[in-house]
Amino acid sequence: MYDSGKIIIGLIIFLALVTFPFYNNIGKVNAKPELKIDTPEIQKLPELERKCVEPKDFMRGGHMQLLNDWRDSVVRNGNRVYKNSANKDFNMSLQNECMRCHSNKKDFCDKCHNYMAVVPYCWDCHIAPKEKKL
Amino acid sequence: MSMNRREFIKLAGISTLVGVGGVSVFNKLQNNALEASEFTAGPEALNAKQWAMVIDMSKFKTPEDYKRCMDACHSTHNVPDFNNPKDEIKWIWPETFEHAFPGQEHKYMNEETKEKSFLLLCNHCANPACVRVCPTKATFKRKDGVVMQDMHRCIGCRFCMAACPFGARSFNYRSPRGKDANGQPLIKEENTAYPTRMIGVVEKCTFCTERLAVGKLPKCVEVADEFSKGALVFGDLADANSEVRKIINTKYTIRRKPELGTEPSVFYVIGGNDYAIVPELL
Repeated sequence: MYDSGKIIIGLIIFLALVTFPFYNNIGKVNAKPELKIDTPEIQKLPELERKCVEPKDFMRGGHMQLLNDWRDSVVRNGNRVYKNSANKDFNMSLQNECMRCHSNKKDFCDKCHNYMAVVPYCWDCHIAPKEKKL
Repeated sequence: MSMNRREFIKLAGISTLVGVGGVSVFNKLQNNALEASEFTAGPEALNAKQWAMVIDMSKFKTPEDYKRCMDACHSTHNVPDFNNPKDEIKWIWPETFEHAFPGQEHKYMNEETKEKSFLLLCNHCANPACVRVCPTKATFKRKDGVVMQDMHRCIGCRFCMAACPFGARSFNYRSPRGKDANGQPLIKEENTAYPTRMIGVVEKCTFCTERLAVGKLPKCVEVADEFSKGALVFGDLADANSEVRKIINTKYTIRRKPELGTEPSVFYVIGGNDYAIVPELL
């Protein structure tokens, strides 16, 4: 190999740069986003009704799918009432139903979306609730 | 590595099995949808085969009457006012007879009709040209006849605007969330129960699908009833007993550009003299 010295040094520098983020963060605990689910609206609800449309675990992983299904149902089929797995009816509306309770977009939606670097375009059209202080 | 035919076929068979099996296992894992959930229209929703509107021009007396309908619609649906006719967004708007019904005007026409403003909106055609040209099916015809827009799908190509012979569609050349030259918001008062649109999508009248779903008539109809009962009548064109059909059966009505074959669902009563009156509507 010609110029093996230069090439090998170059490779080592390249690898060091590329892997820098990994070894730089080894052992460091990255603060997980803590979502706030204690808005004034939720606190006003009686204890037993403080439940989301579906169980928390499902919502955490599948809310985007649920919202997509809701959107297709409302816009394309005109069906606006959702019966959940506990047989309770909900008006399928991000703006009027989800955010009625979760009125803290910054501490609820944005926190996790920013952490995961996802940029959903919901709020380009839908109007977010006014941020309130607890 | 050498391999005879027998070994090759065995290996190929096994990999096929693994592949097919793997896909079905993967699909099982993916399928975490909730089985008990269901979507329904809701108990109060109004149903029809083809929603239609009859506009009785004789019941619009002053320009103020049009304005009330337009303002009510535009403020309910967060329609921005760009203050510039080139960028204008309109769901419902006034137009002269000559422009609303081209080819029908003539020089002996009475002055009143000639100069009167006609209230125009999306015709929710039975055979809509806009739906045929939309490349993403963002605009489509609902089961109840409403020509609907799915803003999530609109890519802003404006084919529908070119196709619509009635000028019922408006494009958001600028962000409707922005502010005008004087620093005033383009949407004067946001209705927080309804979304806005974003730059680069086409919008139009939806016959207030969000109100039909909860048993209310379109906003313009509700407002028109306040100043003149029956100025705007809304109902199912497919139902022979509906109010709109009764008017169409008893009065002479015209539609905009029927010769184009799009079958508009908005009918206009021009005369409104006492030779043609529906007793139920008085």
